[in-house]
Amino acid sequence: MSFVEYSDFIQDGDVAIVYLGHDSLMPVKVQQGAQTQTRYGVIRHSTDLIGQRYGSKVTCSKGGWVHVLHPTPELWTVSLPHRTQILYTTDIATITMMLELKPGSVVCESGTGSGSLSHAILRTVAPTGHLHTVEFHQQRAEKAAEEFKEHRVDHLVTVRNQDVCKDGFGVTGVADAVFLDIPSPWEAVRHAKAAMKKQGGRVCSFSPCIEQVQRTCEALADQGFEEISTVEVLLRVHDVRTVSLPLPDFGPEPSAQMESDAAEKKPPAPNQASITMKTTTPPREIPGHTGYLTFATKPRT
Amino acid sequence: MADNRDDDSQHRIKEGDYVVLKRGDIFKAVQIQPKKKVIFEKQWFFLDKAVGHLHSTTFEIVSGGLQPLKPKDSESSNDAKEAGTDNRNIIDDGKSQKLTRDDIETLKEQGLKGQEIIQQLIDNSSTFKDKTEYAQDKYIKKKKKKYENTVTILKPSCRILAMMYHGREPGKICHLRYDTLAQMLTLANIHAGSKVLVFETCAGLVLGAVMERMGGYGSVIQMYPGGEPVRAGVESFGFPAHFHDMLHGFPICHVNALLAGTLDTTAKDPSADSKQAIVAAEEKQNLPEAEQQGSPEEQSMEASSGSDGSHDQEKRKEAKAQERKVKLEEKRRKLAASAALLEGRNADGLVIASRFHPCPVLMCLLKFLSPSRPFVVYSQYKEPLIECYTKLKEQGGAVSLRLTDTWLRHYQVLPNRTHPLLLMSGGGGYLLSGTTVAMDRSKPAGSQRAEEPAPKRQKLTDTEG
Repeated sequence: MSFVEYSDFIQDGDVAIVYLGHDSLMPVKVQQGAQTQTRYGVIRHSTDLIGQRYGSKVTCSKGGWVHVLHPTPELWTVSLPHRTQILYTTDIATITMMLELKPGSVVCESGTGSGSLSHAILRTVAPTGHLHTVEFHQQRAEKAAEEFKEHRVDHLVTVRNQDVCKDGFGVTGVADAVFLDIPSPWEAVRHAKAAMKKQGGRVCSFSPCIEQVQRTCEALADQGFEEISTVEVLLRVHDVRTVSLPLPDFGPEPSAQMESDAAEKKPPAPNQASITMKTTTPPREIPGHTGYLTFATKPRT
Repeated sequence: MADNRDDDSQHRIKEGDYVVLKRGDIFKAVQIQPKKKVIFEKQWFFLDKAVGHLHSTTFEIVSGGLQPLKPKDSESSNDAKEAGTDNRNIIDDGKSQKLTRDDIETLKEQGLKGQEIIQQLIDNSSTFKDKTEYAQDKYIKKKKKKYENTVTILKPSCRILAMMYHGREPGKICHLRYDTLAQMLTLANIHAGSKVLVFETCAGLVLGAVMERMGGYGSVIQMYPGGEPVRAGVESFGFPAHFHDMLHGFPICHVNALLAGTLDTTAKDPSADSKQAIVAAEEKQNLPEAEQQGSPEEQSMEASSGSDGSHDQEKRKEAKAQERKVKLEEKRRKLAASAALLEGRNADGLVIASRFHPCPVLMCLLKFLSPSRPFVVYSQYKEPLIECYTKLKEQGGAVSLRLTDTWLRHYQVLPNRTHPLLLMSGGGGYLLSGTTVAMDRSKPAGSQRAEEPAPKRQKLTDTEG
């Protein structure tokens, strides 16, 4: 297992994702002799996981069962331990395409946070790219570095514990793309520019508030960035449902009544008709806003 | 830095390069060819002079040729910042512009640059200085759009091409909006080193996007309908030659045979003659004319072997036949290679985006995936995806099913004028995504029967909802 390479069988030391049911996933560090409690009972790693194929059904002690999935950045995003607010797949997908990330890209990111976006970037730039990620919170930086090692992607990433607004990314002239998710991105714009290749590249800043966007756009324009564009992407999930709509009883039709005059014995048919169909409903509540994504191009300098 | 020059050579426009022309939000993909006339935004020009310049250079169109524009000379706004506060005294009498249409045409004929014409228009507008600062900006922006004749030449990327197709020819890509394409690539976990199946009728845009994300590592098998795969969009990406080594094609009309095990044996053994004949017969379907020519040609060869004049012709025909034979062999070899890749039924991802009904396509192609692998299906309409969802729930073999779409909102961000630009709801299409799982754990891995109809107790998955 690795977050950048599929394998077929679960091995000791892997991170597997236990799929308990809809929207309920749990990452498990696979260890010989270890056990994991789920609401369906216990999973014994030595017998239930190690040597099994990813995607297998595992029967737990209480007779219930779960599926064990190969980790992907997307599954990790919905199951990872939060240390901060994280970016979700909808924004990540947009960021990845609009930053033109691909194998070989060199990317700078700050802050690392819980590493949700970091894993997606690493997946995309592997095997020849690199991620330079900066986190000013020491404990979070250390935790992220530890996770990258556990997930076998540490050869693709450098974690730096410093303040990006003061000290920059720790590299200059190497990045194809820069991503900023910090409270005051406008203070890091010049560092972003310095980190990027002289041939140019793409930059993205994620901010929840429009005032932050306003200041960032000004800073980007001042630093000579071009094609500045701000977008927002909202995900809509459609729950598939079978619904049944009853038809009201309008009472006997006049024509039918006349008929029934002729044949008086016929009892009035109970009108219980309803129409069943497959449709979708929106969830009761959906995230209406995550953040504004501001993209720009650094021209050749 | 000594390697600077080397660095740059990779970023220069070369003859034969695929590039994208850009003005404002309008894109057009072209190939750089000598003496080729290009029409873009109602203007024609030759691309010859772009060769040798760096990508992302902006050019001015001067009488059919291109002249590189110095960066940073564009925003020279008029320094006389005189502006009104409101429009109470601005009357629409249609006489505010003192230049007539003919005057403007004359200016154009004199070869005045766009910037200069705009300045003339401003100087001759009696109301311009009374307009508010914002209205002035807007006026200039509008005129720029009309009179500026610049074009930027860009290196193609998935971002640019997806935006271009959506803007220019949404019908050709089933109205797949670029943010939806972005979701697909991420949800399908497309990355270097995997084996991905793609079924698309989006001019090759989706295929190209997948290839870009794989960077030449791993393999992509394009399942295509009809005689030949459509790859126009792939060309526009301008991939290096080795990227094409990872691309395989497999006609979808052979899928049933492959699943039944009747195709794979033929494709596997290249030496067997009878098998070659079968592939040749398939070829005949695709190229009926070429094949029919075959036998009379051979006859004429024997008949006319005496005369000198026909000797050349005969040779040519022979060469032609030989060439066709080589082509046929090549095609058969490729089919065999694709079949071999599919046979393992261990693909790592599946991406479907077509004008066909997605349900049978998904049900059929899922059989080629390993367990615990993501798949994503695009459809312009929601209803067929509801059907896919229902069928997958009944049959089992997939978890984490989600039917989604995304809304994309653009913002204008300017001092005191920040607001959403336009709401693009609908139109971007819908996605069904999920992850494959093993149907039954007792069955041996990679078994041909791994995807038999699910046992009844799979119904338990209903608890998910």
